Amino acid sequence: MIAQVRTLVRYRPLIVSLVGRELKARYRGSVLGFFWSFINPLLLLVTYGIVFTYMLRAVRTPDMEPYLLFFACGILPWTWFQSSLAESSGVLIAGGNLIKKVLFPAEVLPVVTVLTNLVQMLLALPVLAAFLLYHDRLHPTTLPLVLVPMLVQLVLVLGLALIVSALTVHFRDIQSILGHLLHIWFFATPVLYSYEGITSRTMRQLLRFNPMTHVVVAYQETLFQGTFRHWRGLAASAVVALVVFALGAWLFDRLRDTLAEEV
Amino acid sequence: MSVLAVEARDVAKVYRRFLHKNQFRTLKSALVSGSLLADLSPGETFTALEGVSFEVPAGSTFGVIGENGSGKSTLLKLMAGITRPTRGTLTVRGRISALIELGAGFHPEISGRENVAINGIMLGLTRRQVEERFDEIVAFAELERFIDAPVKTYSSGMYARLGFAVAIHVDPEVLLIDEVLAVGDEAFTRKCLDKIGEFRRRGKTIVLVTHSLGLVEKMCDDVLWLRQGRKADQGDPKRVVDAYLTYVAGGEEALLALDHGKAPEGAPEEVPSAPGEETTQGYREGRWGGREVEITQVRLLDDRDRPRHVYTPGERLTIALDVRAAQPVEDFVFGIGLFTADGVSVYGTNTHLEEFEAGRLDGPAEVRLALDDLRLVEGTYLLDVAAHRRDGTPYDYHRGLYSFRVKSRIKDVGVYRPAHRWSFAGGIRLSEPRPRPEIDLHDDE
Repeated sequence: MIAQVRTLVRYRPLIVSLVGRELKARYRGSVLGFFWSFINPLLLLVTYGIVFTYMLRAVRTPDMEPYLLFFACGILPWTWFQSSLAESSGVLIAGGNLIKKVLFPAEVLPVVTVLTNLVQMLLALPVLAAFLLYHDRLHPTTLPLVLVPMLVQLVLVLGLALIVSALTVHFRDIQSILGHLLHIWFFATPVLYSYEGITSRTMRQLLRFNPMTHVVVAYQETLFQGTFRHWRGLAASAVVALVVFALGAWLFDRLRDTLAEEV
Repeated sequence: MSVLAVEARDVAKVYRRFLHKNQFRTLKSALVSGSLLADLSPGETFTALEGVSFEVPAGSTFGVIGENGSGKSTLLKLMAGITRPTRGTLTVRGRISALIELGAGFHPEISGRENVAINGIMLGLTRRQVEERFDEIVAFAELERFIDAPVKTYSSGMYARLGFAVAIHVDPEVLLIDEVLAVGDEAFTRKCLDKIGEFRRRGKTIVLVTHSLGLVEKMCDDVLWLRQGRKADQGDPKRVVDAYLTYVAGGEEALLALDHGKAPEGAPEEVPSAPGEETTQGYREGRWGGREVEITQVRLLDDRDRPRHVYTPGERLTIALDVRAAQPVEDFVFGIGLFTADGVSVYGTNTHLEEFEAGRLDGPAEVRLALDDLRLVEGTYLLDVAAHRRDGTPYDYHRGLYSFRVKSRIKDVGVYRPAHRWSFAGGIRLSEPRPRPEIDLHDDE
């Protein structure tokens, strides 16, 4: 695991260039260009906004007002999480030429996917900050703390991306299974609703086992509520994230030799 | 004394073939059948390389030859570090640049400029170095006008040129080249060869994997010949290439002989032509005729009267026909026709044209035509043999059912090689080609 982190650090210039290339290539040739990266979360935002403003008004708790802002604070990290995993499942197959023909540590590819999506989230953050400021919900004291859940999430996503990308080479149907899994995972993470507002004890207990719960709650707290009370849960998530990363690094290394032969 | 750039000790590469019934397994099936772990562990294996040892001194040019599937590319990938040897050790000292597939890392949507930057970094340059060499790279690829266009708009030649330009400007100490010089037009190939020549002069190590034996003889100091993943021979390029050519000729011999065995008995039907060559429309293989006179066997014999299908120019080739007439026949003509693989007539003659008078043919007989001096350039040739009436009505016509190959070290062009001699006089000096015997295809040594 240490060796892999070292490799990644050594290949930093390449990773940086590849992330840049990925971002450029993604929007070149499309009319809306860069704004595409906002459209997906924006559409979700509007859809759920309407549902929860007009249809399910009753389920909203006071700590979720204004609802669209609350939702935005959760959907941004969730989009990062989901897109990274969905994309990394195909990234080794798509980059097969690189792995087979160029001396190139394959883990660079899923890492680039994760970082590209991170950059997209970071680009959306100022927009969110502007809205928070407008609603007078910007909390200068807790705002910098958002880096903590971000870091935990980064480790977790990297680990999962390594696992998913290496396994997909061997089991191609992971790509489709993953879509459904992420869908369920989305509803099992307090993005649409507030974790504090869950009344069922069992459900709360269950959600505590989801590492993304604590990450998203920490985002909501630092960005939206101006608190950071959930750090214990986040610390647990951090431990899980490290374990997942170690597992991912180990598995990827294990399957490394087979990658160039199987893609 | 000299430093070794590449050192291979008993290298083996075993590809693990995972137990695929279908090409892609699914996680679902793996979970259902409980074979998750089994599916991730190797099933049958395939040995691509076995016990290969060699050394490449720094600054030398090393060639690797062998047929398709002999392990050349695997060896190159091992040297490039893309895969690791299963057994044995392989060390490469110095910065490597592998020209395995040109422009492998290009992204189609972004410009040539950005791709050069990323490809350069991928191949081990720093951002600074890429910037410094950028103009040189673009100039070498001759793409100044298109460098800001997305590479998806490039032709495949432009693509390969840019790929080669980047790879060669990485300034490696060890350059690995896999059959990439076939890209681009003649002028660019020339330029690439010049660049490789420059590398040699500057004392860089080059490993060249190629099918171009001429290139190997011209450039390499040492040649490794791989046969089915094992070292068949290594040493002086001329000697190894000769040995290889003789071996390949032997293999072709076997293939062509196989073809002969399949001469059809029945009505006209298609028979595969010589391997690798396509006949054009107008010329189709087949067999027809009334069979009043039947050609029962056709043999191609060398000067020692032994069946052979690969010849060198100037050798004797005898076409021997076993024929049989069920009833006595008095009107008969035997003829042969010689065609190139694409169906162009090279030569044709028959006993009537050469004013033999047909007397009588009864029962089995043999007809032989000896071509004492086979003056043909290298290539595959198809043979027609026929027995027919004077008016042309066929008894038994075999069209293109037989083929032989002419192999030559001299790659002259055309079809016919007249006996010829160069002479020079006046203020001109050429060094004589070193005398080298043609390949000896007699297989009795």
